[in-house]
Amino acid sequence: MSLPPFDTVVRQHGGVVLRVCRAVLPPADADDAWSTTFLAALEAYPRLTPDSNVRGWLVTIAHRKAIDVARAAARAPSPVDDRSRTASAATHRAPGADAFIESHDGDLWNAVRRLPVKQRHAVAYHHVGGLPYVDVGELLGCSTEAARRSASDGISSLRRTLTRKPVDP
Amino acid sequence: MTSSVPVSSATTGVTERSIVAQLALSDVEASDIETDANLRRLQHRLAQQAIEADLLDVAFAVTDSPIGPLLVATTTVGLVRVAFELEGHEHVLEQLGATLGPRVLHAPRRLDPVVRQLDEYFSGRRQRFEVPIDLRLSTGFRRSVLDHLVAIGYGITESYGDVARAVGNPKAVRAVGTACATNPVPVVVPCHRVVRSDGAIGNYLGGTEAKIALLELEAG
Repeated sequence: MSLPPFDTVVRQHGGVVLRVCRAVLPPADADDAWSTTFLAALEAYPRLTPDSNVRGWLVTIAHRKAIDVARAAARAPSPVDDRSRTASAATHRAPGADAFIESHDGDLWNAVRRLPVKQRHAVAYHHVGGLPYVDVGELLGCSTEAARRSASDGISSLRRTLTRKPVDP
Repeated sequence: MTSSVPVSSATTGVTERSIVAQLALSDVEASDIETDANLRRLQHRLAQQAIEADLLDVAFAVTDSPIGPLLVATTTVGLVRVAFELEGHEHVLEQLGATLGPRVLHAPRRLDPVVRQLDEYFSGRRQRFEVPIDLRLSTGFRRSVLDHLVAIGYGITESYGDVARAVGNPKAVRAVGTACATNPVPVVVPCHRVVRSDGAIGNYLGGTEAKIALLELEAG
Protein backbone atom coordinates (compact mmCIF):
# COMPACT_ATOMS: atom_id res chain seq x y z
CA MET A 1 0.00 0.00 0.00
CA SER A 2 1.38 3.39 -0.96
CA LEU A 3 0.42 6.95 -0.08
CA PRO A 4 -2.15 8.62 -2.31
CA PRO A 5 -0.89 11.50 -4.49
CA PHE A 6 -0.46 14.61 -2.33
CA ASP A 7 -2.98 16.37 -4.56
CA THR A 8 -5.67 14.07 -3.16
CA VAL A 9 -4.69 15.13 0.36
CA VAL A 10 -5.05 18.80 -0.56
CA ARG A 11 -8.45 18.26 -2.19
CA GLN A 12 -9.79 16.09 0.65
CA HIS A 13 -8.54 18.08 3.62
CA GLY A 14 -7.73 21.60 2.35
CA GLY A 15 -11.15 22.92 3.33
CA VAL A 16 -11.12 21.51 6.86
CA VAL A 17 -7.59 22.76 7.53
CA LEU A 18 -8.57 26.24 6.32
CA ARG A 19 -11.54 26.23 8.70
CA VAL A 20 -9.31 25.14 11.57
CA CYS A 21 -6.86 27.95 10.77
CA ARG A 22 -9.73 30.43 10.61
CA ALA A 23 -11.08 29.29 13.92
CA VAL A 24 -7.82 30.15 15.66
CA LEU A 25 -6.49 33.09 13.60
CA PRO A 26 -7.84 36.16 11.79
CA PRO A 27 -8.52 35.40 8.08
CA ALA A 28 -5.36 36.91 6.54
CA ASP A 29 -3.15 35.13 9.08
CA ALA A 30 -5.21 31.96 8.60
CA ASP A 31 -4.31 31.93 4.90
CA ASP A 32 -0.61 32.12 5.78
CA ALA A 33 -0.99 29.34 8.33
CA TRP A 34 -2.77 27.19 5.71
CA SER A 35 0.07 27.74 3.23
CA THR A 36 2.87 26.96 5.66
CA THR A 37 0.95 23.93 6.95
CA PHE A 38 0.56 22.37 3.50
CA LEU A 39 4.09 23.25 2.45
CA ALA A 40 5.48 21.58 5.59
CA ALA A 41 3.12 18.63 5.05
CA LEU A 42 4.26 18.28 1.43
CA GLU A 43 7.88 18.25 2.52
CA ALA A 44 7.27 15.56 5.16
CA TYR A 45 4.67 13.56 3.21
CA PRO A 46 6.91 10.74 1.88
CA ARG A 47 7.80 9.84 5.48
CA LEU A 48 4.17 9.52 6.59
CA THR A 49 3.00 5.95 7.32
CA PRO A 50 0.45 5.03 4.62
CA ASP A 51 -2.40 4.14 7.03
CA SER A 52 -2.02 7.31 9.14
CA ASN A 53 -4.92 9.59 10.06
CA VAL A 54 -4.00 12.24 7.48
CA ARG A 55 -6.48 14.84 8.68
CA GLY A 56 -5.25 14.51 12.28
CA TRP A 57 -1.68 14.82 11.06
CA LEU A 58 -2.55 18.00 9.15
CA VAL A 59 -4.46 19.53 12.08
CA THR A 60 -1.45 18.88 14.32
CA ILE A 61 0.86 20.66 11.86
CA ALA A 62 -1.70 23.48 11.50
CA HIS A 63 -1.72 23.95 15.30
CA ARG A 64 2.06 24.46 15.35
CA LYS A 65 2.03 26.72 12.29
CA ALA A 66 -0.84 28.78 13.72
CA ILE A 67 1.23 29.41 16.84
CA ASP A 68 4.19 30.49 14.66
CA VAL A 69 2.00 32.81 12.59
CA ALA A 70 0.34 34.31 15.68
CA ARG A 71 3.76 34.98 17.24
CA ALA A 72 5.01 36.63 14.05
CA ALA A 73 1.84 38.73 13.84
CA ALA A 74 2.23 39.77 17.49
CA ARG A 75 5.79 40.95 16.79
CA ALA A 76 4.88 42.82 13.62
CA PRO A 77 3.32 46.28 14.09
CA SER A 78 -0.31 45.93 13.07
CA PRO A 79 -3.45 48.00 13.63
CA VAL A 80 -5.44 44.80 13.95
CA ASP A 81 -5.20 42.40 16.83
CA ASP A 82 -8.09 40.00 16.56
CA ARG A 83 -6.92 38.16 19.65
CA SER A 84 -7.63 41.07 21.97
CA ARG A 85 -11.19 40.79 23.14
CA THR A 86 -11.91 44.49 23.28
CA ALA A 87 -15.39 45.85 22.73
CA SER A 88 -14.39 47.21 19.34
CA ALA A 89 -12.63 44.08 18.16
CA ALA A 90 -15.69 42.91 16.25
CA THR A 91 -15.51 45.91 13.94
CA HIS A 92 -11.85 45.40 13.01
CA ARG A 93 -11.05 43.63 9.78
CA ALA A 94 -7.78 42.10 8.72
CA PRO A 95 -6.68 43.03 5.18
CA GLY A 96 -8.27 40.73 2.61
CA ALA A 97 -10.67 39.37 5.16
CA ASP A 98 -13.83 41.01 3.87
CA ALA A 99 -15.10 38.13 1.78
CA PHE A 100 -14.91 35.75 4.69
CA ILE A 101 -16.26 38.07 7.36
CA GLU A 102 -19.21 38.99 5.20
CA SER A 103 -20.12 35.39 4.47
CA HIS A 104 -23.22 34.41 6.38
CA ASP A 105 -21.48 32.30 9.02
CA GLY A 106 -18.89 34.99 9.69
CA ASP A 107 -20.47 35.81 13.07
CA LEU A 108 -19.85 32.30 14.33
CA TRP A 109 -16.19 32.33 13.30
CA ASN A 110 -15.60 35.75 14.76
CA ALA A 111 -17.12 34.51 18.00
CA VAL A 112 -14.90 31.40 17.95
CA ARG A 113 -11.80 33.56 17.57
CA ARG A 114 -12.90 35.56 20.57
CA LEU A 115 -13.07 32.55 22.89
CA PRO A 116 -10.37 32.18 25.56
CA VAL A 117 -7.36 30.51 23.95
CA LYS A 118 -7.81 27.00 25.36
CA GLN A 119 -11.52 26.86 24.53
CA ARG A 120 -10.82 28.25 21.08
CA HIS A 121 -8.18 25.59 20.37
CA ALA A 122 -10.29 22.77 21.81
CA VAL A 123 -13.31 23.81 19.73
CA ALA A 124 -11.18 24.25 16.59
CA TYR A 125 -9.33 20.96 16.79
CA HIS A 126 -12.21 18.78 17.99
CA HIS A 127 -15.33 20.27 16.40
CA VAL A 128 -13.80 21.78 13.25
CA GLY A 129 -10.78 19.53 12.72
CA GLY A 130 -12.38 16.32 13.95
CA LEU A 131 -9.53 15.33 16.30
CA PRO A 132 -10.58 13.01 19.14
CA TYR A 133 -10.32 14.60 22.60
CA VAL A 134 -7.34 12.39 23.51
CA ASP A 135 -5.36 13.95 20.64
CA VAL A 136 -6.61 17.45 21.44
CA GLY A 137 -5.41 16.98 25.02
CA GLU A 138 -2.02 15.87 23.81
CA LEU A 139 -1.77 18.84 21.47
CA LEU A 140 -2.76 21.33 24.17
CA GLY A 141 -0.73 19.69 26.93
CA CYS A 142 -3.73 18.82 29.10
CA SER A 143 -5.77 15.74 29.97
CA THR A 144 -8.42 14.28 27.68
CA GLU A 145 -11.06 15.30 30.21
CA ALA A 146 -9.76 18.89 30.36
CA ALA A 147 -9.82 19.08 26.55
CA ARG A 148 -13.41 17.83 26.54
CA ARG A 149 -14.38 20.39 29.19
CA SER A 150 -12.71 23.26 27.31
CA ALA A 151 -14.55 22.39 24.11
CA SER A 152 -17.83 22.05 25.97
CA ASP A 153 -17.34 25.39 27.73
CA GLY A 154 -16.45 26.92 24.37
CA ILE A 155 -19.64 25.68 22.71
CA SER A 156 -21.79 26.95 25.62
CA SER A 157 -20.08 30.30 25.40
CA LEU A 158 -20.68 30.44 21.63
CA ARG A 159 -24.37 29.70 22.12
CA ARG A 160 -24.68 32.49 24.68
CA THR A 161 -22.81 34.90 22.42
CA LEU A 162 -24.81 34.10 19.33
CA THR A 163 -28.20 34.15 21.04
CA ARG A 164 -27.24 37.31 22.91
CA LYS A 165 -28.63 35.89 26.11
CA PRO A 166 -27.26 37.39 29.33
CA VAL A 167 -24.39 35.44 30.79
CA ASP A 168 -25.42 33.21 33.68
CA PRO A 169 -24.22 34.49 37.03
CA MET B 1 -18.05 37.63 29.18
CA THR B 2 -18.61 37.66 25.45
CA SER B 3 -22.08 39.16 25.44
CA SER B 4 -20.77 42.46 24.06
CA VAL B 5 -20.09 40.92 20.64
CA PRO B 6 -22.72 42.12 18.19
CA VAL B 7 -24.68 39.47 16.31
CA SER B 8 -27.01 39.67 13.35
CA SER B 9 -30.66 38.76 13.69
CA ALA B 10 -30.06 35.76 11.40
CA THR B 11 -28.13 33.98 14.14
CA THR B 12 -30.68 34.24 16.93
CA GLY B 13 -32.26 31.04 18.19
CA VAL B 14 -29.11 28.95 17.70
CA THR B 15 -28.59 25.78 19.70
CA GLU B 16 -25.36 24.11 20.73
CA ARG B 17 -26.20 21.32 18.32
CA SER B 18 -26.54 23.72 15.37
CA ILE B 19 -23.26 25.42 16.32
CA VAL B 20 -21.44 22.09 16.41
CA ALA B 21 -22.98 21.12 13.05
CA GLN B 22 -21.90 24.40 11.48
CA LEU B 23 -18.37 24.10 12.86
CA ALA B 24 -18.05 20.56 11.49
CA LEU B 25 -19.49 21.63 8.15
CA SER B 26 -22.19 18.98 8.46
CA ASP B 27 -24.47 21.97 7.93
CA VAL B 28 -24.37 22.17 4.12
CA GLU B 29 -25.23 25.85 4.02
CA ALA B 30 -22.09 26.66 5.96
CA SER B 31 -20.05 26.08 2.81
CA ASP B 32 -19.85 29.28 0.82
CA ILE B 33 -18.56 30.39 -2.52
CA GLU B 34 -16.08 32.93 -1.15
CA THR B 35 -14.35 30.25 0.88
CA ASP B 36 -14.18 27.89 -2.11
CA ALA B 37 -12.66 30.61 -4.30
CA ASN B 38 -10.16 31.41 -1.58
CA LEU B 39 -9.23 27.76 -1.25
CA ARG B 40 -8.50 27.58 -4.98
CA ARG B 41 -6.31 30.67 -4.67
CA LEU B 42 -4.42 29.06 -1.78
CA GLN B 43 -3.97 25.84 -3.78
CA HIS B 44 -2.44 27.84 -6.65
CA ARG B 45 -0.12 29.57 -4.21
CA LEU B 46 0.88 26.22 -2.72
CA ALA B 47 1.71 24.88 -6.19
CA GLN B 48 3.92 27.90 -6.89
CA GLN B 49 5.69 27.65 -3.54
CA ALA B 50 6.19 23.91 -4.02
CA ILE B 51 7.78 24.46 -7.43
CA GLU B 52 10.04 27.22 -6.11
CA ALA B 53 11.13 25.04 -3.18
CA ASP B 54 11.68 22.12 -5.60
CA LEU B 55 9.46 19.88 -3.47
CA LEU B 56 7.51 18.03 -6.17
CA ASP B 57 8.10 14.53 -7.50
CA VAL B 58 5.46 15.17 -10.17
CA ALA B 59 3.60 18.29 -11.31
CA PHE B 60 0.50 17.77 -13.43
CA ALA B 61 -2.23 19.56 -15.35
CA VAL B 62 -5.24 18.50 -17.40
CA THR B 63 -5.72 20.11 -20.78
CA ASP B 64 -8.59 19.85 -23.27
CA SER B 65 -7.88 18.51 -26.73
CA PRO B 66 -9.87 17.34 -29.78
CA ILE B 67 -9.27 13.77 -28.56
CA GLY B 68 -10.54 14.47 -25.06
CA PRO B 69 -8.97 15.77 -21.85
CA LEU B 70 -5.27 14.90 -21.59
CA LEU B 71 -3.43 14.54 -18.31
CA VAL B 72 0.12 15.88 -18.66
CA ALA B 73 2.69 15.26 -15.94
CA THR B 74 6.29 16.32 -15.54
CA THR B 75 9.24 15.57 -13.28
CA THR B 76 12.12 17.99 -12.86
CA VAL B 77 13.74 16.15 -15.80
CA GLY B 78 10.89 16.53 -18.25
CA LEU B 79 7.50 15.37 -19.50
CA VAL B 80 6.99 11.95 -17.95
CA ARG B 81 3.37 11.09 -18.76
CA VAL B 82 0.56 11.97 -21.12
CA ALA B 83 -2.66 10.10 -20.34
CA PHE B 84 -5.98 9.79 -22.13
CA GLU B 85 -9.25 9.99 -20.26
CA LEU B 86 -9.81 6.30 -21.10
CA GLU B 87 -6.91 5.38 -18.82
CA GLY B 88 -8.58 7.04 -15.83
CA HIS B 89 -6.66 10.14 -14.73
CA GLU B 90 -7.08 9.38 -11.01
CA HIS B 91 -5.66 5.92 -11.54
CA VAL B 92 -2.74 7.30 -13.54
CA LEU B 93 -1.94 9.81 -10.78
CA GLU B 94 -1.95 7.02 -8.20
CA GLN B 95 0.45 5.02 -10.37
CA LEU B 96 2.74 8.03 -10.79
CA GLY B 97 2.73 8.59 -7.03
CA ALA B 98 3.56 4.95 -6.33
CA THR B 99 6.34 4.88 -8.93
CA LEU B 100 7.91 8.34 -8.83
CA GLY B 101 7.08 9.54 -5.31
CA PRO B 102 3.88 10.74 -3.60
CA ARG B 103 4.58 14.47 -3.85
CA VAL B 104 2.25 14.78 -6.83
CA LEU B 105 0.52 18.15 -7.16
CA HIS B 106 -1.74 19.98 -9.61
CA ALA B 107 0.65 22.72 -10.72
CA PRO B 108 -0.57 23.86 -14.16
CA ARG B 109 1.92 26.69 -14.58
CA ARG B 110 4.73 24.12 -14.58
CA LEU B 111 3.06 22.49 -17.59
CA ASP B 112 2.47 25.70 -19.57
CA PRO B 113 5.10 24.98 -22.28
CA VAL B 114 3.83 21.50 -23.13
CA VAL B 115 0.17 22.58 -22.98
CA ARG B 116 0.92 25.44 -25.36
CA GLN B 117 2.75 23.11 -27.75
CA LEU B 118 -0.10 20.59 -27.63
CA ASP B 119 -2.56 23.37 -28.52
CA GLU B 120 -0.35 24.36 -31.46
CA TYR B 121 -0.06 20.73 -32.56
CA PHE B 122 -3.81 20.12 -32.47
CA SER B 123 -4.48 23.31 -34.41
CA GLY B 124 -2.00 22.22 -37.11
CA ARG B 125 0.61 24.88 -36.30
CA ARG B 126 3.26 22.56 -34.86
CA GLN B 127 4.89 19.42 -36.23
CA ARG B 128 7.60 18.77 -33.62
CA PHE B 129 7.46 18.92 -29.85
CA GLU B 130 10.31 20.80 -28.22
CA VAL B 131 9.99 19.91 -24.55
CA PRO B 132 12.37 17.81 -22.45
CA ILE B 133 11.04 14.26 -22.10
CA ASP B 134 11.65 11.94 -19.16
CA LEU B 135 11.31 8.35 -20.39
CA ARG B 136 12.12 6.71 -17.06
CA LEU B 137 8.75 4.89 -17.01
CA SER B 138 9.91 2.83 -19.97
CA THR B 139 12.98 0.59 -19.89
CA GLY B 140 14.87 -1.96 -21.94
CA PHE B 141 13.46 -2.95 -25.32
CA ARG B 142 10.37 -0.76 -24.90
CA ARG B 143 12.61 2.20 -24.27
CA SER B 144 14.61 1.56 -27.44
CA VAL B 145 11.35 1.43 -29.41
CA LEU B 146 10.30 4.82 -27.99
CA ASP B 147 13.72 6.28 -28.85
CA HIS B 148 13.07 5.23 -32.44
CA LEU B 149 9.48 6.56 -32.50
CA VAL B 150 10.70 10.07 -31.76
CA ALA B 151 12.52 9.92 -35.11
CA ILE B 152 9.37 9.14 -37.16
CA GLY B 153 8.43 12.44 -38.74
CA TYR B 154 5.10 14.25 -38.76
CA GLY B 155 2.60 12.76 -41.24
CA ILE B 156 4.69 9.62 -41.81
CA THR B 157 3.68 6.13 -40.73
CA GLU B 158 5.69 2.95 -40.21
CA SER B 159 4.50 -0.61 -39.67
CA TYR B 160 5.19 -2.53 -36.47
CA GLY B 161 7.55 -4.68 -38.59
CA ASP B 162 9.43 -1.58 -39.83
CA VAL B 163 9.98 -0.47 -36.25
CA ALA B 164 11.10 -3.95 -35.18
CA ARG B 165 13.71 -3.98 -37.97
CA ALA B 166 14.80 -0.43 -37.17
CA VAL B 167 15.55 -1.32 -33.55
CA GLY B 168 17.53 -4.38 -34.70
CA ASN B 169 15.09 -7.09 -33.69
CA PRO B 170 12.99 -7.94 -36.78
CA LYS B 171 11.12 -10.77 -35.07
CA ALA B 172 9.93 -8.60 -32.20
CA VAL B 173 6.84 -7.28 -34.01
CA ARG B 174 4.52 -8.13 -31.14
CA ALA B 175 6.90 -6.60 -28.59
CA VAL B 176 6.89 -3.39 -30.64
CA GLY B 177 3.11 -3.41 -30.34
CA THR B 178 3.43 -3.75 -26.58
CA ALA B 179 5.99 -0.94 -26.45
CA CYS B 180 3.59 1.33 -28.32
CA ALA B 181 0.66 0.30 -26.13
CA THR B 182 2.64 1.15 -23.01
CA ASN B 183 4.12 4.41 -24.29
CA PRO B 184 3.98 6.71 -21.25
CA VAL B 185 3.99 9.88 -23.38
CA PRO B 186 1.64 9.28 -26.32
CA VAL B 187 1.02 12.08 -28.86
CA VAL B 188 4.36 13.71 -27.94
CA VAL B 189 6.26 10.45 -28.58
CA PRO B 190 4.25 9.53 -31.67
CA CYS B 191 3.29 5.88 -31.28
CA HIS B 192 0.17 6.75 -33.31
CA ARG B 193 2.45 6.81 -36.39
CA VAL B 194 2.92 3.05 -36.13
CA VAL B 195 0.21 1.12 -37.99
CA ARG B 196 -0.35 -2.47 -39.10
CA SER B 197 1.38 -3.63 -42.28
CA ASP B 198 -1.98 -4.67 -43.77
CA GLY B 199 -3.04 -1.04 -43.63
CA ALA B 200 -5.30 -1.44 -40.59
CA ILE B 201 -5.02 1.24 -37.94
CA GLY B 202 -4.04 -0.99 -35.05
CA ASN B 203 -4.90 -0.53 -31.42
CA TYR B 204 -4.30 2.65 -29.46
CA LEU B 205 -4.32 3.35 -25.75
CA GLY B 206 -6.50 6.40 -26.33
CA GLY B 207 -8.93 4.43 -28.50
CA THR B 208 -8.89 3.75 -32.25
CA GLU B 209 -10.89 6.91 -32.94
CA ALA B 210 -8.22 9.06 -31.30
CA LYS B 211 -5.52 7.37 -33.41
CA ILE B 212 -7.53 7.98 -36.61
CA ALA B 213 -8.04 11.63 -35.58
CA LEU B 214 -4.29 12.13 -35.05
CA LEU B 215 -3.38 10.50 -38.38
CA GLU B 216 -6.01 12.60 -40.20
CA LEU B 217 -4.75 15.75 -38.49
CA GLU B 218 -1.21 14.99 -39.70
CA ALA B 219 -2.37 14.07 -43.19
CA GLY B 220 -3.65 17.65 -43.42
